[in-house]
Amino acid sequence: MPERKIRVMVAKPGLDGHDRGARILARCFRDAGFEVVYTGCHQTPEQIAASAIQEDVDAVGLSCLSGAHRVLFPRVVELLREKGAEDIAVIGGGIIPEQDFSTLYESGIKAIFTPGASLDSIVEWIKTNIKPH
Amino acid sequence: MYFSKEMQEASLKLTRKWEDEVQKSLKNNPDQKERFSTVSDEEIKRLYTPEDIQDMNFAEDIGAPGEFPYLRGNQVTGYRGRYWTFRMFSGMGSAHDTNQRWKMLLREGQTGLSTAFDFPTLMGYDSDSPKALGEVGKCGVAIDTLEDFLVLMEGIPLAEVTTSMTINPPATVLWAMYCAAADIKGVPLSRIGGTIQNDMLKEFIAQKTFMCPPEPSVKLISDTVEFGTKYVQRWNTISISGYHIREAGATAVQELAFTIRDGIEYVEDVVRRKQMNVDDFAPRLSFFFNSHIDFFEEICKLRAARRIWAKIMRDRFQAKNPRSMWLRFHTQTAGCSLAAQQPYNNVVRTTVEALAAVLGGTQSLHTNSLDEVFCLPSEHAAEIALRTQQILAEETGVASTIDPLAGSYFIESLTNKIEEETWDYINKIDAMGGMIAAIDKGFPQMEIAESAYKFQAQLEKGDKIMVGVNKYLSNQQYPIPLVEIEEKVGEEQIKRLQEVRRKRDGKSVKTSLDNIRSACKKGDNVMPHCIDAVKNLATLQEICDVYREVYGEYRDPGLY
Repeated sequence: MPERKIRVMVAKPGLDGHDRGARILARCFRDAGFEVVYTGCHQTPEQIAASAIQEDVDAVGLSCLSGAHRVLFPRVVELLREKGAEDIAVIGGGIIPEQDFSTLYESGIKAIFTPGASLDSIVEWIKTNIKPH
Repeated sequence: MYFSKEMQEASLKLTRKWEDEVQKSLKNNPDQKERFSTVSDEEIKRLYTPEDIQDMNFAEDIGAPGEFPYLRGNQVTGYRGRYWTFRMFSGMGSAHDTNQRWKMLLREGQTGLSTAFDFPTLMGYDSDSPKALGEVGKCGVAIDTLEDFLVLMEGIPLAEVTTSMTINPPATVLWAMYCAAADIKGVPLSRIGGTIQNDMLKEFIAQKTFMCPPEPSVKLISDTVEFGTKYVQRWNTISISGYHIREAGATAVQELAFTIRDGIEYVEDVVRRKQMNVDDFAPRLSFFFNSHIDFFEEICKLRAARRIWAKIMRDRFQAKNPRSMWLRFHTQTAGCSLAAQQPYNNVVRTTVEALAAVLGGTQSLHTNSLDEVFCLPSEHAAEIALRTQQILAEETGVASTIDPLAGSYFIESLTNKIEEETWDYINKIDAMGGMIAAIDKGFPQMEIAESAYKFQAQLEKGDKIMVGVNKYLSNQQYPIPLVEIEEKVGEEQIKRLQEVRRKRDGKSVKTSLDNIRSACKKGDNVMPHCIDAVKNLATLQEICDVYREVYGEYRDPGLY
């Protein structure tokens, strides 16, 4: 049986429309050989958790540039847990000040990528840490 | 362009000789790279000579300031009579917080106001909507009702200061609040001045702050144009914006082409829907461009913009009033060119970009603060950014003469090239049936996605350089103070909103919302009804919900 590809969902929680990074990443993941689902902007945590489960993804990459990550990122992890989908890894990126890292990691976010993170480093992290289920 | 025969011959001869010298020199001193190109990947030659502009017609293609094709500027006297408007975009937390920042900026010599709203306000949601979770007051000021708006404008002389409001889907509502505030303060509508961004097409293309589908969104814009023309003559009811298109990753040409094509769409709609004469409203159309890091490309883009718009207004729309042909624009330096690494370097980037905007002849300018890659600007960072403009205006001498780079072989040649490539895009979109049709196809969205991805790849390969990001990295950290908006700003805002809901007269709110609904259904102008509704303390979301109900909601198709 051929090895299953890694399935990643790129999601934009909250109301900000800064989707340049998210869309570049979606393309980059596709070029890296992952299967990609991109939600588009303005998703609520509830919508993101529901689509992640429905699409049966291995990881969710959240992108937020408005400052709402503090509330929205942990909420996505919490909702996935409530629905018994804690095996879906949640990673995040955007404008995230360092002082917020520890709270986000404690809430269950697995990795955080901020401005300057190379596309390669993000792809590498996923290849190393995410196994298709 | 006119060159004497002697000069042409001498130039050709000298250029050939120089070319030979280059070949010799390259053997020992090869170029640092094979191909030199702008940040938009526009190829740049080693040298430009009279041959590059020999086909230009001086009168038709260049002309004089204040004359068609306005390449050299709309104003006959340039910046000598008046500098560009120093207009710093700001908004944060509550209406009171923002009012305080505005007063600081006016005290320090800012000459116009510019409002940043938070995301719930931008998207037409009240602060207590579940959609507003975590966002209230974060990226701008939270406005739910006229009461907030009056706090925002407290002590601001509405008849003297012009105010720009970056607001799109709910533009009718925020503008109605401004008109209502003027009314309450006893300032006639004919005396207030300012701009609402109110450009929905670029939202579908790039910025993604949308509410209703494109067609009714454009209808609401035409309502504001009509209302402004009749009653608020000093107001710019649209700021046709390329800024966000560029920030999303477009090239300079794409920024220019999509913006200008959006402008065509709006003019067509007003003429068709409102049966208005183009010269009655076109003089109040305004534009908004990005000034990116590639210095000459930006100058040429802004010069080309004026010439293209003048031709469109004259030839496509048969405008007669010269003011209809003026492309008046605000410029903001490029947020996307700034780096989180070594953030103090951002002051240098912003300075270069601001200089390009001035040499391109902008009428108004926002300079980004060094900390804007992280958060809203701190007071100190905003002050440095404002001082940057003041130094350019008053110390450097760059504003002393009009369009100082005109006539440069390189500048004129690049201006022409940008114009040609812009026409290609405009023609292509015309052939698709216009901008709404092109957006439905995903055309501008995908062109931008392609450019953004290409630039990122060039950056990762080191073909394009950002200091501190992919070259000259440093471990030395010089941390900068960051502004943080506390969660309690949101809680307090929600309390204020609920208080307003308790004390207002529910019956008059309902009646005024019904009037908006009926105007939407009948195709009437919504503006007078919006002003009534905000005076009765209808909330921003209540009015926007009427739009959503009648016109439907647009969802991001998620193209990448």
